[in-house]
Amino acid sequence: MPERKKTKLVLEPAQRTALVNTQRRLLLRGGLSLGGLAMLSGCNLQDGDTFDKVLWAMSRWNDKVQAWLFNQDKLAPTYSASEITKPFPFNAFYPEYNVPEIDLSDYQLEVSGMVADKKPWTLENLRRLPQASQITRLICIEGWSAIGQWGGVPLKTFLQHIGADLSARYVGFKCADRYYSSIDMATALHPQTILALDFGGEALPPDFGNPLRLRVPTKLGFKNPKHIMAIFVTNTYPGGYWEDQGYNWFSGI
Amino acid sequence: MKTSRSLHPPTRVRVHTLPVRLTHWVNVYAMACMFMSGWAIYNASPIFGFTFPEWATLGGWLGAATIWHFAVMWLLVANGLVYLLAGIFNGHLRRDLLSVSVADVRHDLGAALRMRLGHRIGHYNAVQKAMYLGVLLLGLLLVLSGLAIWKPVQLQELTALFGGFAAARVVHFVAMAGIGLFVVVHLVMVLLVPRTLPPMITGRASLHSTGERHDA
Repeated sequence: MPERKKTKLVLEPAQRTALVNTQRRLLLRGGLSLGGLAMLSGCNLQDGDTFDKVLWAMSRWNDKVQAWLFNQDKLAPTYSASEITKPFPFNAFYPEYNVPEIDLSDYQLEVSGMVADKKPWTLENLRRLPQASQITRLICIEGWSAIGQWGGVPLKTFLQHIGADLSARYVGFKCADRYYSSIDMATALHPQTILALDFGGEALPPDFGNPLRLRVPTKLGFKNPKHIMAIFVTNTYPGGYWEDQGYNWFSGI
Repeated sequence: MKTSRSLHPPTRVRVHTLPVRLTHWVNVYAMACMFMSGWAIYNASPIFGFTFPEWATLGGWLGAATIWHFAVMWLLVANGLVYLLAGIFNGHLRRDLLSVSVADVRHDLGAALRMRLGHRIGHYNAVQKAMYLGVLLLGLLLVLSGLAIWKPVQLQELTALFGGFAAARVVHFVAMAGIGLFVVVHLVMVLLVPRTLPPMITGRASLHSTGERHDA
């Protein structure tokens, strides 16, 4: 009996990886939820199918609505020192024991993009700029919130000092822990948006983003990047760590 | 004796107008999405000592759930506005819902609890009127508390009205639970009187089926 010719497809390694990934994705999708099935899709913003595209488009529409709703003169409510949440919850995309260790002795904040003066900043130089302090509520996208006290340089003051083009669209932030984020210029110029150096009246501890974090009480918590290493001003949409996975970019509150 | 009934088609009466039917079914989809994505968001930071089962949530993860919630909210609100505007202009709200008195509700509720309240197709009894008005008000509360959670800085006066951000979350949850309860009762009623379902699709019912009326 003649041996039947083998017609089995031989896959290149790259193709095999792609196949495995697709299988994984289908499995994930199938197990997602009755909710997903009921809506005829497992729309999770990761698949790139039509439903996902509609959801992303709606999110961009919500960016526009929120930019329109944003009032530069409207201040976030402030609280008294007795209302500060203690202990303040730790939150990051990694557990507390993975908080980056930053060598403060040679720390320098890099500045780039549409700015006149790109010289890096030391912490001492940042502290020499006019400072502001606030007791405001940080609201997490998860739904919890906590009141804390932050102090530092108003971002507007800093942007003016480095001769930033204030008509640019975005201010972006790069962090020591691979985190990154960006905000609209209107929010960057809001009087309560500060480059925080202090938390609770003392230099930022590692858990809360030492040595420098953004504190923007008009946006959700994840728009307050910690451990900032670089700031840039741009007209090119910079996205963000969570934003690129699907969190709404503007996320104003 | 054969009556003329078999010679003529049965008289069909209009029960639900097109705007009511259209907004009803859009609402089914929008509310399902809002409930399920809302439960997923709730699960990320539960207010009470429980979470919703994952199979009942929408999105698969928090980011997608929030995008769903903030996408479908536009559909829900637009649908609600179409319903209200149509209801004001064609008199549906005034005629069918607002024409209710406390005494009527008391009477009809008593009859309903004794299983003595019949159903006349195309006519809302006082309990129905009260339920539908109640769920409309809960819907308004849900939208307002939702706005208070969505924009606690830009709409901080509204948020303060609810007692702050954390309290507004509780109000939002309670309004959701109230509407959820309405949905359960509503579905039980349709199961008890299934002939109310087709008119919500076609808009019409034959007069024959409106025959059994034992409500006084």
